[in-house]
Amino acid sequence: MKKILFPLKTGKEIEALKAGDEIKLYGDIYVARDAAHKKLVKDISNKKKSPFPLKNNLIYYMGPTPAPKGKIIGSCGPTTSIRMDVYTPILLQKGIKATMGKGGRGREIIDACKKYRAIYLITYGGCGAYLSQFVKKFKCIAYGELSPESIYKLEIEGFPAIVAIDTKGNTLYNR
Amino acid sequence: MRKISYKKIIGEVEDLVVKVSRYIPDDVRQHIRRAYLSEPQGLGKKYLSIILENLNTAEKDKLPICQDTGLAVFFVEAGPDVVIETGRYKTLEDIINEGLRRGSIKGHLRSSVVSPVERKNTKTNSPGVVHLIPSNKGVFRVGLIAKGFGSENTSKIAMLNPTDGKKAVEDFILDTIKLADALPCPPIFIGAGIGGSFEKAALLSKLALCNIGQKSEHRRWEKELLKKINLLNIGPAGLSGKNTALDIRIETAPTHIAGLPVAINISCWAHRYGKIEL
Repeated sequence: MKKILFPLKTGKEIEALKAGDEIKLYGDIYVARDAAHKKLVKDISNKKKSPFPLKNNLIYYMGPTPAPKGKIIGSCGPTTSIRMDVYTPILLQKGIKATMGKGGRGREIIDACKKYRAIYLITYGGCGAYLSQFVKKFKCIAYGELSPESIYKLEIEGFPAIVAIDTKGNTLYNR
Repeated sequence: MRKISYKKIIGEVEDLVVKVSRYIPDDVRQHIRRAYLSEPQGLGKKYLSIILENLNTAEKDKLPICQDTGLAVFFVEAGPDVVIETGRYKTLEDIINEGLRRGSIKGHLRSSVVSPVERKNTKTNSPGVVHLIPSNKGVFRVGLIAKGFGSENTSKIAMLNPTDGKKAVEDFILDTIKLADALPCPPIFIGAGIGGSFEKAALLSKLALCNIGQKSEHRRWEKELLKKINLLNIGPAGLSGKNTALDIRIETAPTHIAGLPVAINISCWAHRYGKIEL
């Protein structure tokens, strides 16, 4: 199984991946869901600085449960990606190379992945307890007032994912 | 007269909230296990195996099964002779919500409740939705269904033509599931509410989800529909396959001569439901 380290070094590392490939993720990724996307894209449109580097990074659509004592993070599975579709193309244009969530996406995201040589990944929906074991560090880095919809930084090790849209615009969902 | 103290209700609801977030009912687990065995090799089967592993991890590590711990919907059944000692609380709804608030802290549930337009988070994971249902003498039960909104968002209601009949009801159910596709975390459970008024059909569809696995007067129709749904080839996580739905339950009520309301409430595989009886 292919291992991918984030942030990507050049962005080329993901170009050989094909829709349907199972991969394991390592490194640092950023977490943002609905409310954070709305705020982030508004900030970017107003020429404000993004609270995290967008270039060669991954955004994971997720809102965790609070960590019980002694745990790094609570349950942390993916949320439905299609709700973020309206915000995704501009983020890909600004350098984001991968997004991760669950479920299919609209045509415009397939086109945007092709255009910006980005990928869309899915991970196991509803399996937040299982996925928590691949998270090694967890930190809120922005929009704390949106808790649990803040922007978080995760350090992950072997986090499982499946390529659902590849950089050529092939997709796992052919319906 | 049967007196029930608010303290008792709060404590029991608190524990129910925690339990429902961590453990799915045995019959739901059986459904998933059967789906895993029947699904052909591939990504869908692997997803089902990880679902089973996730259920074990949630139990072992005392974590919610899913980070979307849902919007809590309570069905409170109370007999005519039941009197609630409310203490400092104004209503039974307040008492139930206090149990939800405490359970959410105890079980480390996510604060998923916000004001609808301003989107201000209440930070307590409450209030939930509380339905009061008149019941028989002596009865006091609290049912809780904690549904995530990935599946709730794919639910639909239609006011069909009265002369449309069974075929139109089936088409609406199948179209709703096709449109939902991978979004509600299939394999799904389906609650269908047919008849009544606009809101009655919706309420019945959620009650139908709570009643999955119980004896149904529409079992033959449910089985026919389940077959048709599983031919849609949406499959686990929408990755194609045999298991699109694990079960469907239909509840009906008499309706008006001019209408045929049909509501479809979809639940993800993590169908979290529980009930307490005091």
